[in-house]
Amino acid sequence: MMRSEPIIYELSAPGRRGYSLPKCDVPEQDVKDLLPEAMLRERAPALPEVSEVDVVRHFTRLSQLNHGVDIDFYPLGSCTMKYNPKINEEVVRLPGLANIHPYQPEELSQGALQMMYELDQYLCEIGGVDKVSLQPAAGAHGELTGLYVIKAYHEDKGEGHRKMVIIPDSAHGTNPASAIMAGYKTVEVKSNEAGDVDIEALKAVLEKYDGEIAALMLTNPSTLGLFEQGIEEVASLVHKAGGLLYYDGANANAIMGISRPGDMGFDVVHFNLHKTFATPHGGGGPGSGPVGVKERLAPFLPVPVVEGKDGRFYLDYDRPKSVGRMKGYYGNFGVAVKAYAYIRTMGPDGLRQVSEDAVLNANYLMYRLKDHFERPYDRFCKHEFVLSGNIQKREADVRTLDIAKRLIDYGVHPPTVYFPLIVDECLMIEPTETEGKESIDNFAEAMLKIADEVKRDPEKLTSAPHTTVVGRLDETRAARQPDLRWTPAAGAEGE
Amino acid sequence: MKHPYLPITDENRKEMLEFIGVDSIDAFFADIPQSLRFKGNLNLPEGMSQLELTRHMTEISSKNATTSDFIYFLGAGTYDHYIPATVDHVISRSELYTAYTPYQAEMSQGVLQSIYEYQSLICDLTGMEVSNASLYDGATAVPEAAIMACRSTRKGKVLISGGVHPEYIETLNTYAPGQDIEVITIPLKDGVTDLERLASEVDDDTAAVFVQSPNFFGLVEDMNSVGDMLGDKKTLFVAVVDPISLGVLKAPGEYNADVAIGEGQALGNPMYFGGPHLGFFATKEKYQRQIAGRVAGATVDGQGNRGFVLTLQTREQHIRRERATSNICSNEALNALAAATYLSTMGKEGIQEVAELNLRKAHYAQKAITRLDGFDAAFSGPFFKEFVVKTKLAPSEINKALLEHRIIGGLDLGRFYPEMQNHMLFCVTEKRTKQDIDYLAGRLEGLV
Repeated sequence: MMRSEPIIYELSAPGRRGYSLPKCDVPEQDVKDLLPEAMLRERAPALPEVSEVDVVRHFTRLSQLNHGVDIDFYPLGSCTMKYNPKINEEVVRLPGLANIHPYQPEELSQGALQMMYELDQYLCEIGGVDKVSLQPAAGAHGELTGLYVIKAYHEDKGEGHRKMVIIPDSAHGTNPASAIMAGYKTVEVKSNEAGDVDIEALKAVLEKYDGEIAALMLTNPSTLGLFEQGIEEVASLVHKAGGLLYYDGANANAIMGISRPGDMGFDVVHFNLHKTFATPHGGGGPGSGPVGVKERLAPFLPVPVVEGKDGRFYLDYDRPKSVGRMKGYYGNFGVAVKAYAYIRTMGPDGLRQVSEDAVLNANYLMYRLKDHFERPYDRFCKHEFVLSGNIQKREADVRTLDIAKRLIDYGVHPPTVYFPLIVDECLMIEPTETEGKESIDNFAEAMLKIADEVKRDPEKLTSAPHTTVVGRLDETRAARQPDLRWTPAAGAEGE
Repeated sequence: MKHPYLPITDENRKEMLEFIGVDSIDAFFADIPQSLRFKGNLNLPEGMSQLELTRHMTEISSKNATTSDFIYFLGAGTYDHYIPATVDHVISRSELYTAYTPYQAEMSQGVLQSIYEYQSLICDLTGMEVSNASLYDGATAVPEAAIMACRSTRKGKVLISGGVHPEYIETLNTYAPGQDIEVITIPLKDGVTDLERLASEVDDDTAAVFVQSPNFFGLVEDMNSVGDMLGDKKTLFVAVVDPISLGVLKAPGEYNADVAIGEGQALGNPMYFGGPHLGFFATKEKYQRQIAGRVAGATVDGQGNRGFVLTLQTREQHIRRERATSNICSNEALNALAAATYLSTMGKEGIQEVAELNLRKAHYAQKAITRLDGFDAAFSGPFFKEFVVKTKLAPSEINKALLEHRIIGGLDLGRFYPEMQNHMLFCVTEKRTKQDIDYLAGRLEGLV
C-alpha cells in the first residue's frame, strides 16, 4: 500500500546519528585557537538527527512514490526516456573514472582524456561536424554555448551587429531563453500546415531583418516529430542571409546513421547525451550537452578542448578566439563516460537500429491511436508524434490534462502535454526503441480505454489519478503561498 | 539485429509494418531528401558485448591515477571527501535515477519531496531562506547570481573578489557580455580581498559583490565586514562558500549575505574528473521569484494531504520562453539527491565533526610542511582546509618527485596566477590520516 512519507526532519530525534568518522588523530586543538571567534558559526546548522536505518528507509520509501523508466513506459515527448543500461552505471563507478581529480597531472589522466577525445570523434561522425566540446552540462547549456560561438564568429568577421536569432514557433522554450541570455533578440517564424517551417514566412523575416540575422535555431525532427522537408532550402536561405544554422539535438534519436545535421547544413549542433545516448535523466539531471561545430567555427569553442597527438592526449587552452569557459573543468565527465560506453556497446549498426526502431515504434503507436484522437499532421512521424485532445474536449469537456492524469492510473507515465504550443490540447508521445511491442500495445490499449471512458464516465478522468499517494495538487496555492522549505511550524500544516 | 537493449523482434517488425500498411521501414524516412540520406555505415568501432566493454573500460580507467592508489593533497574546488555508504545506495534507486524532471507531480512525489528536503537542508546549512533545486556547478552559479542581481536591482555592474575560484571568474566573464554586465575584479591583499579597495569600488550602479570564503587560497575572508559595509545599500552581497566549511564557519545568513552559492560536490559526490557536480543557490525570500532553475514547493491535494509540486514556474523557460529568468532546464537533480542524502546522514553533529576534522588536519599539515626548510607559509591569515606554501623548488619538480611516492601534491598556483610561481595550494580533508600527512612532510623534507 502506498503511504506518504514524513519529511526527513520529522524523523529527527536528538542524539541520533547516521554517520561514523575516525577519531581525530592530530592534536585536538580548540577550534577557537585555530579561527577567530568572529568567523565561527553562531548557531549549529539545524540539520536532522537520524540513524542510518532512518536515512535508508526514508529515501527507499520516497523512491517507491516515484515512476521511472525501470518501472514502466515513460513516453515523455522530446525527452527520450529510453532504458539506461546497467553496465554503464557500473563502469562509471570504476575508481579510475569516479575518483579522479580534474587537476591531477595530465600524464596520470590519459585514460580520461582518451575517452573524451574519442567521444568527441564519435559525436563528430554521428553529427557530421568537425570538432566537439564536451563542456556544456545540459542541452540548454549547449544552446547557450553554441550561441556564444556563433556570436564570436560573427564578431570575428566584423559582423557583430547581427542581433537576431530566428526560432520556429514549435521550438523548445530553452531556444528563445538561451538566445536572450546570449544577448540576442528573437524573431519567431511560423510553421505551415505540414508542420514544416513556412518558407514564405522565413523569407519575409530574412528580408525584414536583412543584414541582422545571426542564426536560425531548429530542431530536426521538430518537436512535432516531423522531419523538416525543406531543410535544404531553409539552410540555403539562412546562409545566403549571412546567418548560421543551429541544431537543437533533443530529437537526434530519430536520425543516427540515417541523416546527419552537419550534412543538412547545420553549422553548430548540440547533443543531449542524457537523451540520445542512454544516460539516465536522474530526476532532472545531470545531463550533458556537447556542442559540435564545423571547422570554421572550431576556434571559438570553449576552453579547454581535448586534443590528441601521437597517442598522447592533452587539454588545449591555447585558443585565443575561444568564447571562454562555460563551467568549471571539462564538462559532466561522468555522464560522458556512460554515453561513450553506450556508443561502444551499440556500434554503428546498433545505433542505426536504435533510430529505426524508435521511428517504427512511434509510427506504430500513432497508427494504433489515430482513429481515436485528433491527429493534426497526416504524415509519418519520426521518433515521436503529436495528438490533440480536441475531440475529447469538445465531446465531454475533458482536457488533455485529465487524459494525462488518468494514464497514471494505468501505471504509465503520461506523455508531454500542452507542448508544442502550436497544437491545441497537445499530447506529445515518444515511445523510444527500448519498448517492446507488448509495452506499446499496453499503452495504446490504455489510451483507447480512456477514449472510451471519456464518453461513458468522464468524471473518472477529471478526478484522476486515483491510485497515487496524493491526488491532484493545488498548484495555485503552491505558487501564491510558496512553502519552499521545511520549518518546524510549517511541518504541522496539511497533516 | 538482436541486441539486449532492443526488444523489437523481426516478427514484431513485420507485424507492426503490416498494421501500418507499409512494406518497409524506409517508408517512414521517405520525406528525408535523398541528398541528405547518410550512405553506408557510420565510421565507429564495432559494438561490444558487456564483457568486452567492461574489459575495455577497466583498461582505459587504469591509465588514470585514483584516490585508491595515490594520496591526494589536491583540492582547489573539487574535493576528496568521505562519502557515506548510504549515498550511493540512495542514488542507485532506479525509480529515482531513471526518472526525469517531475512534470507529473502525482507519480513523482519521491523526486519532488527529495528536492524539497534538499532545499530545506541547503537553507539550514547556509542560513538562508530559500534555495533552488540546483544549478550545473559552482562556476555557473556565479553568472546566474550576477544576472539575478542585475535584474532585481536594475543595475549593470558586479564586483568580484580576486579570491574567487579563477574558473568561476572566467565563467562569469563568458556570460557577462551577453547580459551587458560589467565585471570588475577586486585585487587581493595578503591573500584576501582588499576591503578598502572593494568599498571604494561600490557605487550606485553596483548590483552585486561576490566574495568567496574560504577563498581560492583557503583563507577565511572577513565576511562580517563585507556584510556590514553593504548593510543597507541596494547592492547584493553574494557569498561563495564551501558547504563543508559551514560546519564551523559563520553561515552566510549570519553575516547578512543576500545570496549564498557554491560548489556542492563535497556533499556526497565523487570527483568524476570535474563533473557532474552541482551548484547550490540560496537566497532571501524577497528574491524567490527572481531565482534561476527549478524550485519544489509543498502544497495540498483535494483531501488536504500534503504533497509537492514544481512551483514558481512562471520564471522558467518552458512557460516564459524569452522572458525567463534563465535558460536552465535540466539541472543536477541526482547530485542534489546525493547532497540531501549526505546531509541527512551526517546530520547536525556530523557536519560539524567533519568540518572540525578538516580544520585540525589542515592546520597540523600546514605546520608540518612550513616547518621544513624551503617551504614557507605564504599568508598569515586564518584558513580552513587549504593553505598556500611558498616553495624554494619549482612546484612542478616537487609534485613530480611526490608522484614517485604515490602522492598527488598541491596545486601549482603558477597555473592560474603568473605572479604566483613557486606557490602551492595544499588541501587536507578528513580522509587524510596523520600518517599520510607525516609521510608527505617526510618526502618534502628529503627534497631540499
